[in-house]
Amino acid sequence: MSTADSTSAARTAGRTAEVRNQVMWNRLISVVEEQALTLVRTAFSTSVREAGDLSAGVFDTEGRMIAQAVTGTPGHVNTMAAALGHFINDIGPERIFEGDVYITNDPWKGTGHLHDITVATPVFYNRAHVGFFASTAHVVDIGGRGYGPEAREVYEEGIRIPILKWVERGRLNRDLVTVVAQNVRESDQVVGDVFGLVACNESGRRRLCAMFDEFGLSDLDDLAEFVFDRTRNATLAALKSVPEGVYTNEMTVDGYDHTLTLRVSVTVTGDGMHADFTGTSPLSKFGVNVPLTYAQAYFTYGMLVALAPELPNNFASLEPFTVSAPPGVILNAQHPDPVAVRHVIGHFVTDLCLGAVASALPERIPAEGSGALWNFQASARAADAADPRPPVELLMFNSGGSGARPGLDGLTATAFPSGVRTMSVEATEQVGPIIFWRKEIRNDSGGAGRQRGGLGQIIEVGPTDGYLFEFSAMFDRVANPARGRQGGSDGAAGAVYLDDGSPFPTKGKETVPADRRLILELPGGGGFGDPAERDPAAVANDQLQEYVTA
Amino acid sequence: MEGIRTGRRGAAQRTRIGADVGGTFTDVVVVTADGALHSTKVLTTYDAPERGILAGIEKLGRDTGLDLGEVDQVVHGTTLATNALIERRGAKTALVTTAGFRDVIETGTESRFEQYDLNIVLPEPLIERKDRYVVTERLNARGEVLVDFDDAGARSLVERLGEQGYESVAVGFLHSYRNGVHEQRFRSLLKETLSDVSVSISSEVSPQMREYERFNTVCANAYVQPLMASYLLRLRDQLGAVGVGCPLYLIHSGGGLMSVESAAEFPVRLIESGPAGGAIFAADLAARYGRDRVLSYDMGGTTAKISLIEDFAPRTAKVFEVDRRSRFKKGSGMPISIPVIEMIEIGAGGGSIARVDSLGQIRVGPHSSGSDPGPAAYDRGGTDATVTDANLALGRLHPDTFGAADIDLRPDLADEALASGVGEPLGLDADTAAVGISEVVDENMTNAARVHAVEGGRDLAGFTMIAFGGAAPLHASRLIDKLGLDELIVPDGAGVGSAIGFLRAPFAYEAIRSFYTTTDEFDYVGANRVLAELTSEAESFVRSGTATDSSGEPETIIERQASMRYAGQGWEIPVRLEDGDFDEFAAETLAAEFTEAYLEFFGRAIDDLTIEAVSWAVRVSSRQEPPPLVEAVAPTSTAESTLSREMYDPALDERVAAGVFERSQLTPGDLVEGPALIVESQTTTVLGSHHRCVVQPDDSLRISRAEGTP
Repeated sequence: MSTADSTSAARTAGRTAEVRNQVMWNRLISVVEEQALTLVRTAFSTSVREAGDLSAGVFDTEGRMIAQAVTGTPGHVNTMAAALGHFINDIGPERIFEGDVYITNDPWKGTGHLHDITVATPVFYNRAHVGFFASTAHVVDIGGRGYGPEAREVYEEGIRIPILKWVERGRLNRDLVTVVAQNVRESDQVVGDVFGLVACNESGRRRLCAMFDEFGLSDLDDLAEFVFDRTRNATLAALKSVPEGVYTNEMTVDGYDHTLTLRVSVTVTGDGMHADFTGTSPLSKFGVNVPLTYAQAYFTYGMLVALAPELPNNFASLEPFTVSAPPGVILNAQHPDPVAVRHVIGHFVTDLCLGAVASALPERIPAEGSGALWNFQASARAADAADPRPPVELLMFNSGGSGARPGLDGLTATAFPSGVRTMSVEATEQVGPIIFWRKEIRNDSGGAGRQRGGLGQIIEVGPTDGYLFEFSAMFDRVANPARGRQGGSDGAAGAVYLDDGSPFPTKGKETVPADRRLILELPGGGGFGDPAERDPAAVANDQLQEYVTA
Repeated sequence: MEGIRTGRRGAAQRTRIGADVGGTFTDVVVVTADGALHSTKVLTTYDAPERGILAGIEKLGRDTGLDLGEVDQVVHGTTLATNALIERRGAKTALVTTAGFRDVIETGTESRFEQYDLNIVLPEPLIERKDRYVVTERLNARGEVLVDFDDAGARSLVERLGEQGYESVAVGFLHSYRNGVHEQRFRSLLKETLSDVSVSISSEVSPQMREYERFNTVCANAYVQPLMASYLLRLRDQLGAVGVGCPLYLIHSGGGLMSVESAAEFPVRLIESGPAGGAIFAADLAARYGRDRVLSYDMGGTTAKISLIEDFAPRTAKVFEVDRRSRFKKGSGMPISIPVIEMIEIGAGGGSIARVDSLGQIRVGPHSSGSDPGPAAYDRGGTDATVTDANLALGRLHPDTFGAADIDLRPDLADEALASGVGEPLGLDADTAAVGISEVVDENMTNAARVHAVEGGRDLAGFTMIAFGGAAPLHASRLIDKLGLDELIVPDGAGVGSAIGFLRAPFAYEAIRSFYTTTDEFDYVGANRVLAELTSEAESFVRSGTATDSSGEPETIIERQASMRYAGQGWEIPVRLEDGDFDEFAAETLAAEFTEAYLEFFGRAIDDLTIEAVSWAVRVSSRQEPPPLVEAVAPTSTAESTLSREMYDPALDERVAAGVFERSQLTPGDLVEGPALIVESQTTTVLGSHHRCVVQPDDSLRISRAEGTP
C-alpha cells in the first residue's frame, strides 16, 4: 500500500484522470436517462408510454452523440444521432444562441415519420457553446388523415415542421406554436408534449452545467474523445467476430398492397458493416414506406444486439454501420412518399439483416420471428347512424412469437425487435366499447426445432354497447410465415377471420359489425435446429403444458 | 449484545421486542420500560426461522435480566414470504381464472425488459400453465355480468382440483375488482368439498384494475399462504411456551403493523417488510429532527436502498416487483400490487464485485460476493475485488476494527484482488483501482437517488440524508457531496435500523380498490360508497390489531387518496382528498386538487382535458405519540484524537491523515473535524477534509459540509 509520502497529489491526479473520465461518462448516461424518464411520465401518447417510443441524448458541438438513453424502440437508434447534424446545418452555426430551442418532425431529418417530434437545445456554459441535448417523442396526432397508411403523399399525413426555432434567446416563437396548434387534433396534448420535450432538455442542460461546476470542466471535448475512443475500439473489436466478406439474405413478407421481397447484402470490412438493400421490392402506394434512416436504425440495432450488446449507443458505436439503397425501393422512401406507418415493414429489417450474417454466427443468430406487431387499431362508432355518441379511438399492441435462439426457445407472445409492451385488457375495456373474449397463448404455433419457436397468441375481440369497429388492419406473416433456421420448422402463419368463420382482410379499412367478433391468430416464431434433437424433457413439457397438443 | 443509549426519552414506556429475520442475520431488539434499547444479532435459521428469533429473545433475556413475561408486544418482520417466492418453495397451487385468459400471468407485458439481449430469459410464471384452469364467466368493466357463472362447470373443476391434490388455490377473474361475486361463488363451491385447501381471491387480496398485476398478486398470496400461516402459528405458540404471552404483530410492506390473523390470510403483504422497517426508522428520525424532506439511504452487504421521506412519512406505491432476476432491472421480476413503501434498490453493497467491461469501464455490482466467500480481504477464498476491498485499500476501514467480530481483514489480499481484477486491465495500480471502484459505486448510488427523485417528481436540493446499514456511513459523506446536500445524519443503532423501525411503526392498513370515473361525469355516489367501504375495511384491520393490545382502542388517522390522470395518460398520480363526502359539485374541487398535484409533479398542467380517477385508497393508522424532538446542538467542545490513519479523500484526490475516533467515546456536543474516521463495532463513518460532525443529544452524528465547498 502506498503512503501519503510516496503519493504526490499531481501523480494521483494523472492516474485518476482515467477514473474521472469514467465517472463523468457514467454521469452523462444517467443524465440522459433522467431526461427520458421525465418524458415517459408526462407524455400523452400511448406509444411513448407503452412502446418506449421516445429518445433522449447529449451531443457535442459538432452534433456527435455522446450518450443516449436506452429506451424501448430501436427506431431511434441512428435517427436521433443523425438528426443533430441536420439541426446544426439548417439553423446555421452562427445562429445558435444561448436560450434557443429547435424543433422538427421532418421524416427524413428526424425519425422517419411526422408523428415523431424532435426538439434540440444548445447548451452554453460561461457564454460558450458546449453541446446539445435533444429528445424525441411520438405525439398523439399530427393532423392530416390521422395515423394510418391511407395517405398517398406525405402532405396528407399531417403538418410538416421544418427545422425552426421554437424558442429564440429565451423568447417563445408564438407564431410557430399557433401554426402547430391549429394543424393538429388534440392540440393541448400535442403542444403539451412539445413543452415536455423542451423541459426535459432543459433539465439535462441544468444537470450538465452542474457537472461542469463539479468537475471543473469548460467544455465536453476531452470527455467526448475519451468516450468515442473507447467505444470505437470496442465496436471494431466486436466486429471481428464476423469474417470480412459479403453476406446476403432475402425474405418474403406479405406487404401491404403487394407481396414484398426484402433483400440485403451486408459487406463486412475491418472498419465497419455496410447494408445495401438493392433488389428489395419497390415502394408501396400506401404509407408503409420506410425512409432509409429508419431502415438503418433496425439494421444497426440487429448488428449491435448480436455482436456487441454491452456497447452504449453513441457516435462511435453507430458510425461503423452504414446503409445504401437505390431510389424507388420500399426501404428508401423519398419525399413526398407517404411514410406514416413505416414500422410495419421497417421492423422486418432486423430479422432480414440477422439472417444475412447467420452463416458467420451460427451460434448466435435466432430463427425468424413474427417481426411486425399485430396492433389492434380501430375507431369504435355507434352502429346506429342516429346515435349521437362520439367515436372512440382504440389502440392496443399485441405480439406474436419470436424466433428460437441457438440455445433457447423463442419468446412466446413477445415483441422483437420492437420494445413495445401490451396494455391491460381491463384498462382497455375501461375506456372503450370493447370486449376481449379471449387473449391466450396459441397452441402449436411455434416452429418445431431443437429449440422451439415462440408461440403466438389468439385474440377474440368484439364491440359492445351498440358500437361497431372501423378497423385498420395491418397484419403480416399471414401468407409468409417466419422461417426456421438450421433445420427448424417455420412458425405458424397468422390468420384473421370473424367468429362466423367468414374471412377478414388482413390489410386496409374494414368494418366489424356490432354483433360480430374478430378473431386474430398471431403468428409464431421459427424453430432452430433439427426437431429430432430436441431434449426429450422439453418435448414432454411442451405436451404437459399444452404448448404442443399434436 | 450491545446496549445503546436512546437519548433522553419520555417516562413510562412498555416493553417491546422487535425481530427482523433477514437473509443472513436475525436482529432482535428490546426496548424496556425505562426506554433502554438492547439488541442482538443471531444467525438466521433457514429451516425454522422461529428458532433464531427465540434464541435471540432468550439471549437478550439472559443478558439484560429481562423477565419475558413482562414483554407487552412483539413486532416481527420477515423475508420468509419473499424467499419462498424467490426460491419457489411454496405450496402446490392452482390458478382458476376466466375462460379465455388462462395465460395472463405467462404472457405478462409481452415485452423484453432488456432491449439488448438476444438470449434474454423472461421470468417464469409462478403457476405453470398445467396448473391454470378456467371457468366460464365474465363481467364487464362496470362489474355487470356479461356471461353467467357456470356453476356446473365450476363444480366439476373443483372435483378435478381435489383429485390433483392442490394445497392452495388462487382465484382471479376479469374485472373482479369491481365485483367479487363470481370469485366468492367459486370459493364457496371449493370450500364445500375441499375445506382444508387454502383459497385466495383477487377481489380481496388486491382489488386493483390490471389483470396481470392482480392475478400475479393473488397467485403469490396463495402460493405462500400455507407456509406462512403455519410458520406464524408456530412462532406464536413457541413465544408462549417461553413465557412471552403478549400479542404478536407483523410489519407489512406498507410500513404498518397487522395482526397475526390478517398476516396469515394475506401473507403477500409481508413481502418487503424488512426494508419497510428501515424506512420507518428513518422517518422516525426525520420526525425527531423535524426534517420534512429526507433521503433515506440504507446500504448493506449486497444492495443499497434509497427512499424519499417527506413530512415524516415514507412515500408509498401501489405496485412493486419481487424477485427481479436480472440485475434489479425493471420488468425482470413479478409485479405485486399491494401498498408498499416506495424505494429504489440497486446492487451496490460492501460485497459488490467490481470488474472491467469490454469498454474498459469499471463496473461495480450487481453481483455480490455475499458473506461467503465474501470480499477478498475476508481471506475466505474470495478473489474478486469488492467495494469492501476498495474501502480497506483507501484507508477507510481498519483491518482489525471491521464490523463482524470474528473477521480480521487482510489488506494484502485486498490489494492483490484490486490489482488483478481492475488494476491490470486498465494499467492502474491497486490504489487507483480502489479509487475507481469507490467512485463508481458512489456514482451509481448517486444516480439511483436522482432517478428515484425524478420518478417522484422531486428535486433533491434541500433534502437531509439519513444513512444506516453496515456500509452506508462509509459512503454517505461522499454522496452528500455528489448530490449537493447540506446535512447528513448517521443515527445510533444504525446496524439494526430495521428492527428498531418495527417498534416505531403505527397500526396501519391501506385498502385500495379500482373504481373508474371521470370529472366530466363524476359518479360521486359511487366514489363515496367505495371510500366508505375502504375506510371500514382498513379500520377493521387496524382494530383487529389494536383490540388485543393492552393500550385499548386508539385514536385513528384516516387518509384518503385518489389515483388520477388526464384521459389518455397511462400513469396516475396520487391526489390527497379532503375530508368529507363528495357532493354533486365535487368534480370541480377534485379537478382542482388534481391540477395542483399535477403541477407539483410535472411543473405544467393542461387546461380543459378530462380527468380520470382510476383507483382509490384509504389508509387508517393509529395516532402515535409524536417522538420526542431532538434539538440539534451546536458544538461545545472539539474532540481530539490520539490516533490517525492515512485515508484517501476523493474531494482532494489525495491521501490525508484522518483522525480516528471511537464513537462510544464521543458525547453530545462534541465536534469532530474532518478528515476523520468515527469507528464503531458495526461500521465506520467517514468524514472528508471538508466535513464536520457534531454529536447530537441522541448520539446521532450530524454531518455538514464546510462553507463554500462544492
